[in-house]
This record gives sequence, C-alpha cells and structure tokens, in this order.
Amino acid sequence: MAEIKLMKGNEALAEAAIRAGVDAYFGYPITPQSEVIEYLMMEQPEKTTGMVVLQAESEVAAINMVYGAAGAGKRVMTSSSSPGISLKQEGISYMAGAELPAVIVNVVRGGPGLGTIQPSQADYFQSVKGGGHGDYKLYVLAPASVQEMADHVEDAFEMAFKYRTPVLILSDGVIGQMMEKVQFKEFKPRWTDDEIYQLHGNWATTGKKKGRERNIITSLDLKSEKMEGRVHRLMKKYAQMEEEDLRFETIKCEDAEYLIVAYGSSARIAQKTVDLARAKGIKVGLLRPITLFPFPKKQLMEFTKQVKGILSVELSMGQMVEDVRLAVEHKVPVEHFGRTGGIIHTPEEILDALQQKLIKN
Amino acid sequence: MKTLDIIKPENLVYKRTELMTDNTLSYCPGCGHGTAHKLVMEVIEEMGIVEDTVGVAPVGCSVLAYEFMDIDMQQAAHGRAPAVATAIARTWPNKYVFTYQGDGDLAAIGTAETIHACNRGENIVIIFVNNGIYGMTGGQMAPTTLPGMPSSTSPYGRDTCSTGSPLKITELVANLPGVYNVSRHAVHTHKHVRKAKKAILKGFQDTRLRKGLTLIEIVSNCNSGWKMQPRQSNEWMEENMFPFYELGDIKVDGKMINKK
Repeated sequence: MAEIKLMKGNEALAEAAIRAGVDAYFGYPITPQSEVIEYLMMEQPEKTTGMVVLQAESEVAAINMVYGAAGAGKRVMTSSSSPGISLKQEGISYMAGAELPAVIVNVVRGGPGLGTIQPSQADYFQSVKGGGHGDYKLYVLAPASVQEMADHVEDAFEMAFKYRTPVLILSDGVIGQMMEKVQFKEFKPRWTDDEIYQLHGNWATTGKKKGRERNIITSLDLKSEKMEGRVHRLMKKYAQMEEEDLRFETIKCEDAEYLIVAYGSSARIAQKTVDLARAKGIKVGLLRPITLFPFPKKQLMEFTKQVKGILSVELSMGQMVEDVRLAVEHKVPVEHFGRTGGIIHTPEEILDALQQKLIKN
Repeated sequence: MKTLDIIKPENLVYKRTELMTDNTLSYCPGCGHGTAHKLVMEVIEEMGIVEDTVGVAPVGCSVLAYEFMDIDMQQAAHGRAPAVATAIARTWPNKYVFTYQGDGDLAAIGTAETIHACNRGENIVIIFVNNGIYGMTGGQMAPTTLPGMPSSTSPYGRDTCSTGSPLKITELVANLPGVYNVSRHAVHTHKHVRKAKKAILKGFQDTRLRKGLTLIEIVSNCNSGWKMQPRQSNEWMEENMFPFYELGDIKVDGKMINKK
C-alpha cells in the first residue's frame, strides 16, 4: 500500500525527487519555492539514496551545476521562481544546445521585475517560446495539483532522457504552496556507475574509456553548416514530442458549447466554473493542457466543430491565448480572461467573463 | 640520412603525449596555451587517470580546448566552469575534474563561481591562464590588464582611476580555507615549464587524496592581443607581468607561504 501524505506542492516535489532516484539537486532560495531545497536539506538524502543536495551561490551557478552533472550522465534537477528562472535562461539555452537531459522547476510568481511573491502564470511565453537565446524549445509540463507536482518529477526525467533535452515543470505559487493529499511511488534506486556507463557511455563525460572516442559536451559549432544541422536535429526531437508525448485532459467536454482552456492553478479554478455554468444551464467544458509544449493544437481545432467560443484563462494578461488563437485559426471567437499581479481569479469571475465576452456577443 | 631514419626507439628522447589530438591548434603561433594544454595532458597520461578524468573548457581562446585534449570534456558557459566542475566532482566523487580558464572567464564574469567553488573547497583543479587581456574577442581590457597597458578598450592605456587596478584573484582565493594549493607559474622557458608541470601534478595527486581545491595560475603572453612579436611578448611579460604577478607558491598543503 503506497503512502498517502498531506503536503505542500513544493515538498511533494522534493520528496518525489528523492524517490525518483535523482542524483543531484542544485538550488538557490527564492519565494515561493524555497521549501524544495529546505525539505531536501532536512531529509538529507545524501545519507540514504546518495542524492547530492547543494545550495549554490546563485541561480546562475545552480543551473550550470545542473549542466555539469547532466553532462556527466546524472539525473539532476533545479528549482526556482520567476526572477531566478530568468537568470537560469542562459544555462537552459546551453543545455538545449548541448542536448543535456535535466529537469528545471519554475514555481511562478508575478512579474515583471521583482514583481510579487504571489502566484502568477505570466511566465508562459518564457517557458514555451524559448526563454533563452536561440532556436530551441523545452518539453513543458504544467502540474495542476500537489499529486502532479510529485508525479511530474519522474515523468519529466523520463522525457529528459528520452529526448536528451531539458524539461521544464511549470508550476505556480498556488500549486507550490497549497497542501493536498499526495500518494507517493515506491523508491526507485539511483543508477549505479556501471548503469550510467552502459546507458550513457556513448555521450556522457564520465572519463574516456579505452576503445571509445572522447565524449564532448558543447553547444558550439563554428561551422555554420554543422550548426544548422544541430538545430535541425533539435527540431526533429520537438516534432517527435508533438507526435508521441502530447498530454492534455478534457473535463465535461462531450456536450460543451463553450470551451475553457486553462492549465495549472487556473485549470483547478476553472473546473469549478464549469460546474457553476452548468448549474445555470450553460454547457461549458474544460480543456487542460498538461504539456504546454507540445500544445494540443489539433484537439483545439477539433473543438471548433463543436463549440461556439473559447476562453483562455490564465493568471496573466493573456499569453497562452495567443497559442489557442493560432491553433483554431479564427474558426471560432477566442477570448482571454485572467487576473495578474498576484491576484487569483475566482470561478465566478471566470463565468462572468465567459458570459460577457463570448455569450452576450 | 633521411629524417625518418633517425626516428628509432633508441634515439627517442621526447615523445608527445598521446592525449593531445592531431588537430591543428587554433592558438596564435607563440602563444603559451599549447604548452599549458600539453602539460595538463602529460600529467593525466603519466598518472594513468584518463578513464576517470573530466575537463571543463571555458569561453575564450581555449573554448575549443576539447578539440586538442583527447579526453572527456564539457564546454561551459562564460565564467561558469567552476560551477560545472563542482557538479561533476560532487556527483562523481572518484573522478578527477579540472577547469581550464582564462582571466576574463575566471576573474571577471565568473568571479562569483570562482570564489564560491574555492570557498567550498571543491575537490577540483583550476588551471588559470592569465595573459592580461581578452584574446578571443580581439584584445580588450581584462580585469588582469596592467596599469597603463593598452588594449582595444583601453587604447590610451588602462586608467586605474576609472577601471580599477588589476585583480589578483589568485592571492584573493588563496586566503580561503577550502583552497589547498595555490601557485603562479609561467610556461615560456624550459625551467618554468618543469615547475608548472610539477604544480599541476601535485594538484591532481591532491585531488586523489581529496584534499580540496588547487588553483594554478599560468602567467602567459598574448602576442596578438599585445600587438608584439612572440619573443618580444615574452620579454615584455618578464619585464612587466612578472613583477606584478609574482611567480611561485602562494599556498601549499593548506598553508600560506610567507614571502615577506
């Protein structure tokens, strides 16, 4: 019988990391995600699983530590919140370029700038449109519960190593700070040295063994043709992700006449809006992208045959709404609703917005 | 008699380390980087540790170090090599991990990573090549550029009133308890090469003993950046760099060397 615990999202993520056989965590304190490193420091996994936990001198150092351990074939992760994630972007871009598997967690707070420590979803653009410099994308998971904060850790590592790419868990201050019950999986052992040599010996820098070429981790190609080839290789991975690893959930969509699209904490709130609307006789359904890249473009297009309008709900001034509009190619009206600056919209506010923006028109 | 006729095992007095690849060095003729590379590779070969060694290359002239060193290597973002090396050493505690960095990389953009890796006493070796200039980008002023020394961003000579004095980061980190060995060397003469190699060897041996961090500064020339002939640049280095960046041991086995 698996254990059920009542925990904060941030703590659940940290516990799941220990259980997922993660080799190392490098972090730097920032609200509202400091519980991740605090929990790990308290649990001292170094003494049980052998997981390394280190508080770096900055987010910049932390992400470059992730680069180093990932380049040496280890399962490694970091977490931060919006301003800290901005600092990590250079390192994330390097990891995408060098094709390194790693997991980065963003427990989003309001911005721009130092912004607010209250929850927000205004880092959508940064997460799915690149964030750092260059032609690249991240595989982006968006947990909507404490349970998913835990589950997504292992899912993220699976994707990171399947594609040899950095994976982002895009959470927010609500999901990170709220407490819910969570069920953990059994402990998964860390890879042994021999397993790493076997699984990743063809690319990871673990010391040049006899009979093989040296392994090099770099994102640099000074020859343009080679660099273009490298980018094409990345694009192939992203195309494969869209084919094989898109994740989303639909709630009460079978007979829906209006569709709400929301992820993370907004999806949890909008779920209540669906019930409120249906109590009033308005048939509303919810499409919750679980991956923000890849994005459920085809599914949204399918819904244009069924619904009269789509409302994108985010804790921002409207970022994901642009991708929803691109996906449906103006076949139905698409509107945005969202509070920002750390204010969390209510189910009633969402329903009001739906009625005013889509139904009354 | 042809040249090939005298290449016989019994006549062999010197052999290039097998850990240097056959790729043509991208460094300017006369530059000290090639010699510094070779010394590190010789030490790794002689210790027989290539299967357990991971190097970290910086951004700068030696960004392509992995093209010349036939070992597993990672190329780090500008200044971040000590952070990258920290993680490799922490997650593979039995490996030998070293960084190879220039002065812009280590003493300007990477100052925080350098100081904190040193302060934590990471079990790594840092090879720090100081030529007082940004070589790769075309000879701009570095934190280590000497007072009055011209560069493309200090064309009238470094003005210490507005740009500060040269940063002796090597002396600075020597004071940190986590740092085990600190020394400053050169590689432009046989005598200096031998001393530098000895220090590098000791650094890697102390890594094996898990003693902490060894930082070896190599004061080198940049004939292109300094706009000099190679020989002239070495003379200029001896006359101008060495009095300021004094060669020798600064800290050995965790103890500061009192030079008076």
